[in-house]
Amino acid sequence: MAQFIIFLPLIGFLFCFFFGKYFNFKISQILTTSFLFISTILSWILFFSYLGEKEIEVIQIFNWFTSGNFIVDWSIRLDSLTTTMFIVVCSVSACVHLYSIGYMNEDPSKVRFMGYLSLFTFFMLMLVSSNNLLQMFFGWEGVGLASYLLIGFWYHKPSANNAAIKAFLVNRIGDFGYALGIAGVFFIFGSIEFDVIFNNAENFKDHSIPFLGLTFSTIDLLCFLLFIGAMGKSAQLGLHTWLPDAMEGPTPVSALIHAATMVTAGVFLVARMSPLFEYAIVTNLFITFIGASTAIFAATIALTQNDIKRVIAYSTCSQLGYMFFAAGLGAYNASIFHLMTHGFFKALLFLSAGSVIHAMHHEQDMRKMGGLFKKIPFTGTMMWIGSLAIIGFPYFSGYYSKESILENAYYSNSSMATFAYSIGILTALLTAFYSWRLLLMTFHGKTRSDSKTFDYAHESPLVMTLPLALLACGSIFSGMFFADYYIGKMQYVFWGEALVLHEDKHHYLPFIQTLIIKSSVAMGVMLAALIYFYKNHLPKNLAHNLDPLYSISLNKWYVDELYNSIFIKPYFLIANFFWKRGDEKIIDGYGPNGISKIFALFSSYLSRFQSGYLYHYAFTMLGGLVIILTWFIYY
Amino acid sequence: MTDIPLLSLTIFLPLLGALVILLIKEDENSLSNIKKVALWTSIGVFLLSLFIWLQFDSKNAGYQFVEKVKWFNDFNFYYHIGIDGISLFMVILSTFLTPLCILASWESIKKRVKEYMLAFLFLETVMIGMFVSVDVLLFYIFFEAVLIPMYLIIGIWGGERRIYASFKFFLYTLLGSVLMLIAIVVIYQLTDSMSIAELQGNFFPRNIQLYLWLAFFASFAVKIPMWPFHTWLPDAHVEAPTAGSVILAGVLLKMGGYGFIRFSLGMFPEASEYFSPLIMILSIIAVIYTSLVALAQTDIKKLIAYSSVAHMGLVTIGIFVVNSQGLEGAMVQMISHGVVSGALFLCVGVIYDRMHTRDINFYGGLVNRMPIYATVFMIFMLGSVGLPGTSGFVGEFLVIIGAFKYSSIVVIGAASGIVLSAVYMLYLYKRIIFGVIENEKLNEILDLNLREKTILIPLAIAVIIIGILPNIFIEPMRLPIELIISNYELANAK
Repeated sequence: MAQFIIFLPLIGFLFCFFFGKYFNFKISQILTTSFLFISTILSWILFFSYLGEKEIEVIQIFNWFTSGNFIVDWSIRLDSLTTTMFIVVCSVSACVHLYSIGYMNEDPSKVRFMGYLSLFTFFMLMLVSSNNLLQMFFGWEGVGLASYLLIGFWYHKPSANNAAIKAFLVNRIGDFGYALGIAGVFFIFGSIEFDVIFNNAENFKDHSIPFLGLTFSTIDLLCFLLFIGAMGKSAQLGLHTWLPDAMEGPTPVSALIHAATMVTAGVFLVARMSPLFEYAIVTNLFITFIGASTAIFAATIALTQNDIKRVIAYSTCSQLGYMFFAAGLGAYNASIFHLMTHGFFKALLFLSAGSVIHAMHHEQDMRKMGGLFKKIPFTGTMMWIGSLAIIGFPYFSGYYSKESILENAYYSNSSMATFAYSIGILTALLTAFYSWRLLLMTFHGKTRSDSKTFDYAHESPLVMTLPLALLACGSIFSGMFFADYYIGKMQYVFWGEALVLHEDKHHYLPFIQTLIIKSSVAMGVMLAALIYFYKNHLPKNLAHNLDPLYSISLNKWYVDELYNSIFIKPYFLIANFFWKRGDEKIIDGYGPNGISKIFALFSSYLSRFQSGYLYHYAFTMLGGLVIILTWFIYY
Repeated sequence: MTDIPLLSLTIFLPLLGALVILLIKEDENSLSNIKKVALWTSIGVFLLSLFIWLQFDSKNAGYQFVEKVKWFNDFNFYYHIGIDGISLFMVILSTFLTPLCILASWESIKKRVKEYMLAFLFLETVMIGMFVSVDVLLFYIFFEAVLIPMYLIIGIWGGERRIYASFKFFLYTLLGSVLMLIAIVVIYQLTDSMSIAELQGNFFPRNIQLYLWLAFFASFAVKIPMWPFHTWLPDAHVEAPTAGSVILAGVLLKMGGYGFIRFSLGMFPEASEYFSPLIMILSIIAVIYTSLVALAQTDIKKLIAYSSVAHMGLVTIGIFVVNSQGLEGAMVQMISHGVVSGALFLCVGVIYDRMHTRDINFYGGLVNRMPIYATVFMIFMLGSVGLPGTSGFVGEFLVIIGAFKYSSIVVIGAASGIVLSAVYMLYLYKRIIFGVIENEKLNEILDLNLREKTILIPLAIAVIIIGILPNIFIEPMRLPIELIISNYELANAK
């Protein structure tokens, strides 16, 4: 069954790639979408079979490569972590496939688009079902490729091409760490199979390793290297710059890849490797720190962005930060639970935004929207559901998962946990603020769009609204239904050996703490309502009065500008320097060209001897004779 | 093993084809016959080499299909050929690329077609001969003979600055060749044997090994090429016709890597150990430095040529870390690079044939007119970048694994290629393929024709097959490589 789940999308892609052009585009659309729905149904069946107690199952496919004792298999590992990822990936992907039929209706390259979506899904499923680090790397880079192709899908746009390259390259910087991490794991454990690593992790607890002349705790170093990979893929602080730019891709892509699935691969990696990360004490502090910093950093940027997709993109970044700090604190189950609920509500938010953009004829600037609720009430309702879920409104999915992360932070006894906890609450406030800012600017108040666009705004067709409804169900109910299994009393049965669980920290937060959390969320909502609904002149005044802060937020803390001047420009300069100075001046100049010049010079001197005058030759002979005679006389 | 001298047949079949071509009188009507004879001969050779692969016994570490005939009565020189897991794929690479090269030259070569085909068939003979030689002298003869047709191909059918390019190439190779010949004479003096198979081990005193190693290094480092002996390569590539570049990148560079494994590691293990830090430093510089230089190029061929230097840097790292992952990685990387860079040069040839320029800025937006071209180019680009699932990944990653055992600095140098190679390749691809067509000369450019598809699609398939099923390539080379490693360890354990 797992084979079907994974390979159906691949078959869909291959069909589009080889035969798509010979048939009507509808065939490709129907085929890929229905394959995805079959995969989804199968993955839910599989998921339910893993709800109870069940052994981890490994299905061997065939040997990929063997070199010395480095043995890698193509295989599928099934446990509750894999099946969780299966349902998230397949469900969101199926919804996005269906949605794309409507959204890409006017695009000439529909077949290519559907093919890429299916290809992405295949790689993602390979990633989450891998039984070793290298097959995971295959999926890891594969989703990177699909992301590159889809961000640059509209290849006529230079901005899209640049964003695609940026995404690929920043991810590659992460992959550099990941690849080193795999090599290191192999060096230490002699295998990259998960079971071997997990069984031996404890033996290397106090082991240390020299690296670059310094000595590191082995597991800390390995986890650090792997985490670099996770940072790239999950757009964590420092390597986050590609994610907002990735919004150049079509909106369904943003929903699938850059919100619900691919960007969570980093979190998945940490959870999957939890038996190893468990012993990486220093690296865990680092992960918590990076996660918490990203959460607040991205949230501050989301406050002022005007592009509807960029707000959601930064929100994704920020939510990923939550997942990482939970993982860093050892609450892997809370982290994965948030990953799942986030997958549903973030995909919902993105697809709703897509529906808005669709209605507004590809307008993404929220300053030119407003009052759309009357025109597109269904989309508006969906956006409301998604927003309620993301701020953690009681009984929506985000409520359970976010609360659980904060609980874990509260009950972990370290100063880093306290830091993360306070950041978490502050971020919750900001999340509520920017979510409501988005809602109000888009759907409520008076419209700021020109009357023509506004009048023609229309609700999306059924193929687009149906996926929204499905995802809305996920956003509302996934928390309620599965909280017991992921973080509640069934967690030991459910997770089994799939990831590391700590002794039951599931005490409820003290009343005062819940009050703080809830009131800060409420405050965020009310602030947004005050500024963007009741007092319409406030945004401008605030922007003016708080100018330095406002500019920092609007310009994304100037990270892109900074990177541009300290990395990208020097890179090109050095490249030219090496070429013009290194290769042409030094190596060629002193190498072949230099030698040939010396020879030319030499031969021009030599040729002067052949002057043709007899007395020159006679004199030379005489001179030679004198020298030879002198030599013989003295020696 | 078999009664039919299969290897000799493979070596000399191209010459037979050349003989037939020689007999055809060159005029308007016979041109296509000449081409057809050349093509079918090379296809025949390819099938023959596949047959050898099929018959090849992976459980045997030594040479197979051995033929040995005494050459001179008074000296121990033999016509001694044989094939093992290391040379097998070098031979197949040569025989695989040659028919594609002939096909690629079908229309682009207009003058002296007969001589061109003769040169290519002769080239094929000497390439195969070099890889299957078990006699050092025979190897040397073939090794140097490869240069003759290559000089001719660049010098006669090359671009405008072909004289400068071949002169530069000559200067670099000259020194190496002389030193290598002297070293061979010394070897013969010391051991009275010229058999590569017999000389595998640690037969030379350490101080002599060091000099011999350096003499061979001078030759191989230029061929592969290592930094800073690489500047002949971009010029030679730029001036060579497309097919010349393919063979240059696809096979000739591998002569260096092959030589390092057979001679440097196999015969001078102590010296290899002694000099390995030098190799590592030069290789790391090659990976980083040439990746940067590649980015700055405006000529597509030069960019790919520089990328070759960077990829070969990984190969030399892999060879001199001397463990099974490193060496097998280096071998797979060489095979992969042969296919991928050959294919990339062919891709350049496709648009060069149409537009007669290789200037990157001239192009842009080709995907709009040439979707199939864009797709196959994408596959080769990904192969070059080393995406998992393509051939480039397997070699690169095995080398990284192998290098981790050697030193953390080396592994970081090797792995930096992951990022750096992506930079220049993606940037190249964006500039010529993506975007809108702004140059109106490109408005009428045509997509791949049937001949071009026939050339490029097998290469694309090869890239994927090596990426997904690398075992079929690693399997035969496992035992010979283990032999080299155990020799090396034995020699350095003292």
